Amino acid sequence: MAAEDAMPLLAVRRLGMRFGGITALDDLSFTARRGEITAVIGPNGAGKTTAFNCITGFYRPSSGELSLTRPDGGSYALAKMPGHLIARRAGVARTFQNIRLFAGMTVLENLLVAQHIPLMAATGFGILAILGLGHYRRAERQAVEKAKSWLERIDLLARADDPAGSLPYGAQRRLEIARAMCVDPVLLCLDEPAAGLNPSETAELGALLLRIRAEGCSLLLIEHDMNVVMRISDHIVVLDRGRKISDGTPAEVRADPHVIAAYLGEDDESADDLAPEVVP
Amino acid sequence: MNARGPLADAFLSALIALGLFAPMVGLETHVGAHGIALAPRPLAVAALVGAVFVLRLAVRLWQARPHRAAAGPGAARARLAAALGGTKRFLIPTLLAIAVVMPFLASRATIDLGILMLTYVMLGWGLNIVVGLAGLLDLGYVAFYAVGAYSYALIAQATGLGFWSCLPASGVLAALWGITLGFPVLRLRGDYLAIVTLAFGEIIRIVLLNWVSLTGGPNGISGIPRPTLFGLRFTMTDGPGTFAGFFHLAPSPTHRVMFLYYVILGLALLTNWVTLRLRRQPLGRVWEALREDEIACRSLGINVTTTKLTAFAVGACFGGFAGAFFATRQGFISPESFTFMESATVLAIVVLGGMGSQLGVVLATLVMIGGPEMFRPLADYRMLIFGLALVVMMVLRPRGLVTERRPSIMLGAAARAAPLALAAEEVG
Repeated sequence: MAAEDAMPLLAVRRLGMRFGGITALDDLSFTARRGEITAVIGPNGAGKTTAFNCITGFYRPSSGELSLTRPDGGSYALAKMPGHLIARRAGVARTFQNIRLFAGMTVLENLLVAQHIPLMAATGFGILAILGLGHYRRAERQAVEKAKSWLERIDLLARADDPAGSLPYGAQRRLEIARAMCVDPVLLCLDEPAAGLNPSETAELGALLLRIRAEGCSLLLIEHDMNVVMRISDHIVVLDRGRKISDGTPAEVRADPHVIAAYLGEDDESADDLAPEVVP
Repeated sequence: MNARGPLADAFLSALIALGLFAPMVGLETHVGAHGIALAPRPLAVAALVGAVFVLRLAVRLWQARPHRAAAGPGAARARLAAALGGTKRFLIPTLLAIAVVMPFLASRATIDLGILMLTYVMLGWGLNIVVGLAGLLDLGYVAFYAVGAYSYALIAQATGLGFWSCLPASGVLAALWGITLGFPVLRLRGDYLAIVTLAFGEIIRIVLLNWVSLTGGPNGISGIPRPTLFGLRFTMTDGPGTFAGFFHLAPSPTHRVMFLYYVILGLALLTNWVTLRLRRQPLGRVWEALREDEIACRSLGINVTTTKLTAFAVGACFGGFAGAFFATRQGFISPESFTFMESATVLAIVVLGGMGSQLGVVLATLVMIGGPEMFRPLADYRMLIFGLALVVMMVLRPRGLVTERRPSIMLGAAARAAPLALAAEEVG
């Protein structure tokens, strides 16, 4: 699946992030290619979520560059953009490790808030729409249609008018992904989407992510569930203690002794002694 | 607490009551021949302590009564909510009808009370945008009320323009102040925001008090022009250009009061209409989303800064309208009318009504403003009863009078039919 000559979409170059004396990310470089699922894995505290927060504009990196290729060939310097413009202009949407839905609002409302930018543009700063003028009605109908198509895909159409907080956990995870997709992103960043899901829900999630990729959206994924990662990823980046220790296809990463050492807690010297054959 | 027997519990309550009431009620001061003398009142204390004992015992026994089947308080509450939903359908038209015909039937004092209550309803609806929808705790709402009132008074005095010409300017100036306040406090949330807005409210009042050359300081501004009906003045004569003269009516002071009543009713309904329209639109929806989760809003490309500013500005604008109305109604304003107490009352109306509920604001105003007036014959005891009523209400309905949230958009019957199928699947 992974085309070697696929266009790079997101280039992370020498990214560093320090909190006081703690170095969370140290000289991290990798690329995520267009049309691929790139997974970022690593033990707890490796800096995966910090990297995510830098890419999606929630943290300003201490050093390094983040560039996202524009459709016209230019690029956005994500590290220099205000947080909300990263989603609005560059098209980088994300989900959160601990689900962040608008719990008191209905499922449909959650998906409409995600389409706020085009909807707001149709209201004429809110004034025309209050008076019932402008083409707001048509814009809203289109937004509802788009929301419905996503609700069908994630199998939640029947719960459209229920508060998002009342959904079962797995459904909330799916809804958060659908909400991020309603932004029309070019890159969807998922922070542990399979956490807390049962095996059948995890299988559904994998299918959903592959479908999103097939429709042309690239994905960046943090995940601990190795079954999911190995099955759906085109490219894996492994972090440990803020550094990249491995980068490649699932098969390459699985065979890398440094990765095994990091996961088993061996130190780097003994990693070289580990033969690739012992990998399960 | 439930482990203790009702009797022991009641005894303990009585003991606490004894400790409280013995010094507070049990000792009365008399101005005697040799200064102040203390006179004990054991009977009064005994009566109060006895009442506490009996009441506590009654409450415990009532709590301990066997619950009907598996229903429990949850089901009872659900039934209550359903009943409230049913009454809501005819409660709103009824309240509106009473509000419209009331001035023709009621006495002048009642109309005056009506004006006061409608002013608070309008302020409550305005603050509801900031606190109830956008979730920004604002303790200084009175600042915008004051800005609106002083804007109208000063513009009217400087230019000689009337109420209706100055009203938009008052709203715009208050909204500008809303944005000015909004900018520095955007990063703050919750308690911190509350403290800064509280300070802002006080700053406005103190500036009004001390900027004597502009505002007249503690003397206030008097002779503020009264509103007119398309240029018709309300006076005690029936000369040309007056309301009584134009309609060939006997001049009466009630005309102006009734007119003022309808002006504030109209302004309040305008506030309500705009809020309800906004709620069904992207802007209102994103205010609510902001209340639910600011970080998620940002991740969806929403500019949190401008969204907060619009909430502040729209809420402040309606506060400014209400302030201009207050100025024209009173004909005189001074900083004394814009104390923290006003902010607290309006916030209490919003919270008591149930955050974000428009009907809740009306009901809470009836209780908060109408209640103390209703109990006026009880003299000193009215505040006691009022306080007790508030405590009881917050115990019974801790999240406000109206807690249900109506979705801003529904997918419709087709989607609503499906959940039954889903539920059947889950059962099967």
